Amino acid sequence: MKLRLYRTMSLIRQFETAASRLMASGELAGFLHLSIGQEAVAAGVCDALDRDDYLTTTHRGHGHCLAKGANVRQMMAELFARAGGYCGGRSGSMHVADPALGILGANAIVGAGVPIALGGAFSAQVLGDARIAVTFFGEGAVAEGVVHESFNIAALSKLPIVFVCENNGYAEMTPVETHLRAASVTEYARPHRMPAESVDGNDVLAVRDAARRAVERARAGEGPTLLECRTYRWHGHFEGDAQGYRNAEEVDQWRTRDPLLVLRAHLDGTGDQLDAIDRACADEVADAIAWARVQPDASPDSLTAHVYRSKEVVA
Amino acid sequence: MTRRKYWQAINDALREELARDERVVLFGEDVGAPGGPFGATKGLFDEFGPVRVRDTPISEAAFTGMAVGSAMAGLRPVVEIMFLDFLPLALDQLANQAAKTCYLSMGHYSVPLTLRTMCGAHLGAGPQHSQNLEAWPASVPGLKVVWGGTPADAKGLLKSAVRDPDPVVVIESAGLWSARGDVPDDPDHVVPLGEAAIRTPGTDVTLACWGGMVPRADAAAAALAEDGISVEVLDLRTLLPMDSARILASVAATGRLVVAQDATGPGSVGSDVIRIVATQGFGSLRTAPELVTPPFAPVPFPPSLAQAYFPQESEIVAAVRRVMSKETVVA
Ligand SMILES: Cc1ncc(C[n+]2csc(CCOP(=O)(O)OP(=O)(O)O)c2C)c(N)n1
Repeated sequence: MKLRLYRTMSLIRQFETAASRLMASGELAGFLHLSIGQEAVAAGVCDALDRDDYLTTTHRGHGHCLAKGANVRQMMAELFARAGGYCGGRSGSMHVADPALGILGANAIVGAGVPIALGGAFSAQVLGDARIAVTFFGEGAVAEGVVHESFNIAALSKLPIVFVCENNGYAEMTPVETHLRAASVTEYARPHRMPAESVDGNDVLAVRDAARRAVERARAGEGPTLLECRTYRWHGHFEGDAQGYRNAEEVDQWRTRDPLLVLRAHLDGTGDQLDAIDRACADEVADAIAWARVQPDASPDSLTAHVYRSKEVVA
Repeated sequence: MTRRKYWQAINDALREELARDERVVLFGEDVGAPGGPFGATKGLFDEFGPVRVRDTPISEAAFTGMAVGSAMAGLRPVVEIMFLDFLPLALDQLANQAAKTCYLSMGHYSVPLTLRTMCGAHLGAGPQHSQNLEAWPASVPGLKVVWGGTPADAKGLLKSAVRDPDPVVVIESAGLWSARGDVPDDPDHVVPLGEAAIRTPGTDVTLACWGGMVPRADAAAAALAEDGISVEVLDLRTLLPMDSARILASVAATGRLVVAQDATGPGSVGSDVIRIVATQGFGSLRTAPELVTPPFAPVPFPPSLAQAYFPQESEIVAAVRRVMSKETVVA
């Protein structure tokens, strides 16, 4: 299990490090939000899920999608704006969706994925199936009304959902002290009588344990849980962010708490194995890049494709 | 055929669709045990139970989002936004989420969501309960927007919306809530989305209208008929996608166009009808079209002022007379 968690984190790290490089070299264009440094949250939470459990995520969602099992080639091709990407190359990295994996979508509107996950949980309740829903959001999203509306509805209807707040200390350029009065996001669970936990988001084992407890509650019909994972992003808000709002020492200090190193410390004597995992993940990402590069570009012919499910609407 | 009130036709449609398809669920404010703020969901909670017919808190954004997610996850949710004026609260979930999901997922997901909301020339409801915002959803790629002007159309359009694979906004008329009409008894009575209806055939002028304006347009046409002016009343019924073919065919036959709406003019559905005719049917126009609208101001509260605000039969009649009296300005 620990090796599996390590592999997931390593894959996310390799994927995003490569994406960062490709952006710097000019091969990729557009918005790119990386979660390097936060891999333990994605890996720990998704490890507690079944393949078809529902998931929504944010603009910073590569890790969550990869941890849920998303296809690495298709994700990379989407960054390359190639027709072989998850969204045909038209939508960029912020909108990965995959019905086979219950991924109801990454989302570029802060907080908007939260009620959509509520819908996944609601459908499971109505249809009487065993699926649950997980939604990832940043602490910045906690200032959005729709998130609190969703807490209330989930608690009232005992929906099988886990609210996972990835508290990385910043909403774009604004530090959390400036945008939230609460000392911990978990305080917002109290009026909804919703269980809540705050965990070290750089310790994948702690994240996984807390997520398992929350998932068990959801599956047992006991309703929602709010999970706060305290973590940090090493890169800027987006690639190219000058980051005038924080200093290098702060970043360096968090780097010493690298979630991959934290787990390595739990895995004494397996260094060679872990190195091999890193190499295998790097190979998988390299393969995805090579594949993406040779895919055809998203074509202007696709501009009006799939605007509707029913026959094409001319307006 | 059965005589039904407008709201009863809506209630019938919901009951029939809940019975027909187990995936259909209803939720919104007061729609459960209370039977809906205006009675549209009366009896459905008792008949179909609290799992499928549910009251929600006053959280338009979250329950609309819940509808989007549950539609993606296999349900056929029908949500109620009490008044069209409150749609802005849910607009992110409607316009950014529901409307774009199929596109963003390359068709892997669709959002068979029905969003019902009430609107109309609602005398005495004040500026925040009377606004005709149909142009907002009607300008969003990925959405469909319908508005029935009769009990039969309200029912048939709603049933089509529930069965449609895409998100559909169904606007219902407050002003027609108790109006009666003949409704077909067939449980599969559906009005296809995207098809306008000619309510009164005519040869002199096309009068385009929809929703709560329809009875005033009918009355205007009847009054003009007495003076020998033959008005074709075209009820659009679906505002997105608009039935351009039928609009153009009607104007091709009459050569004149009046659009009457309860919404203010700029950025409106009526402007769009004129866009279609001006760009695709210019050659058939004998005179410049007229757009009959309220003044560019919010809806006033006092019923007397609201009456003055919303275009009445007399203003429509006057507009038709103007287009009839103009010389031929287009070759
Ligand atoms: C509704 C909305 N408002 C503003 C933005 C612009 N924006 C994108 S990300 C972001 C910050 C989000 O912070 P947080 O939720 O903490 O997530 P993080 O970026 O830290 O992962 C903002 C303000 C947006 N995308 N959506």
